[in-house]
Amino acid sequence: MLAKRIIPCLDIKDGATVKGIHFLDLQSVGDPVELGRKYARDGADELVFLDISATNEGRKTFAGLVTRIAENINIPFTVGGGISSLEDAAHLLIAGADKVTVNSAAVRRPGLIDEIASRYGSQFIVVAIDAITIDGRWVVTTHGGKQASERELFTWAKEVQERGAGEILFTSMDHDGTKSGYPCETYARLCDSLSIPIVASGGAGSVEDIADVLTHGKADAALAASIFHYDEIPIPVLKQALHKKGINVRL
Amino acid sequence: MIAVIDYKSGNLCSVGNALQRIGCDYRITGDEAEICAASHVILPGVGEASSTMEALKNSGLDKILLGLTQPVLGICIGMQLMCRFSEEGNVQCLGLFDAVVRKLRVSGELKVPHMGWNTITQLHSPLTGGIAEGSYFYYVHSYAPEISRQTVAVTEYGMPFSAILQNNNFFGTQFHPEKSGAAGETLLTNFLRL
Repeated sequence: MLAKRIIPCLDIKDGATVKGIHFLDLQSVGDPVELGRKYARDGADELVFLDISATNEGRKTFAGLVTRIAENINIPFTVGGGISSLEDAAHLLIAGADKVTVNSAAVRRPGLIDEIASRYGSQFIVVAIDAITIDGRWVVTTHGGKQASERELFTWAKEVQERGAGEILFTSMDHDGTKSGYPCETYARLCDSLSIPIVASGGAGSVEDIADVLTHGKADAALAASIFHYDEIPIPVLKQALHKKGINVRL
Repeated sequence: MIAVIDYKSGNLCSVGNALQRIGCDYRITGDEAEICAASHVILPGVGEASSTMEALKNSGLDKILLGLTQPVLGICIGMQLMCRFSEEGNVQCLGLFDAVVRKLRVSGELKVPHMGWNTITQLHSPLTGGIAEGSYFYYVHSYAPEISRQTVAVTEYGMPFSAILQNNNFFGTQFHPEKSGAAGETLLTNFLRL
């Protein structure tokens, strides 16, 4: 049976991880490759590396980093952050990324999804959607949730699928960073209305939250950052707990 | 030396990186002499069956593959091209395995492509030495070889299909061992010990 996936997300700035300071057993806690290898050993099913560098210099460092990740990590990994053209995606493919994730650039110019999907296949492109509720309606945002767009979550998700996205990474900006759990009904509605996998992101504070979104929320995978980086819920502990609840995970 | 066959169809660095991690010398090559002289040959692949089959034929690699006597491993589309026929683009393939590649037909909440980690069972191959029944491997595909007499590992996704095929010196995996963590590295090591 296909396993539900657990995906740690690493934020990278100027080639170094921003979080992940807790691991005393790592020689360099700042090295994304070493942290990624640790997560892979711990049982992560995939990894996501997001470049949050603000400078061109930082972004160049990231491209070199992707090559090192590909050489050293033995599970699939996705990279994202600032991808706005087919050329950006091509560089990351050549560097060895298994998938790329696009967000604001796709909202601005949806044709980017078609371009990447038709050139490299749907399996290569993940579209990240950040949304907030405004007057009871889910509104898609850009720039890390700072700017509301004209788009509505469910119609945008459908369009993204039709344009060839292989997967959707949905974050509720109402829940992100709150550790209060996921909006499971919204996830379930997304999963029911689409035929591509949905990755849940933002809001996990406990094993129960993740179990809920993978069962009631029907999500195919859960992505998280701080609960792993600060060792609040180590991946082996999380997976054992999900397994005990009858959720199919790779142990 | 291990030859990773280059037929200009996508990214081959994942397989190369995996071989490097387990400490093997390899060359990405489309050269007949190099392929024939290699101790082991890997046919990777990303893409669509009929166009990749055409790329193989155009480069003459189809005939070279048929004559190889050393261990050969096809991965994902590489394995599918070693089958008899593929429904993807309705194309005659190499016929090294007596199996037809069919579109995954699933119902209910299962999604296509089949993407993620799934288990392999009914293991009967030297490739799976040291790998437990029910171990997880990483898949990304919409077509899969049917069960045949050459099936030596099975995966279920809506229907059972061949996870590993084996015919004499020819082997194929529908999953990606190069992306399947420690289990994938064990499988590649087993292949390279043949």
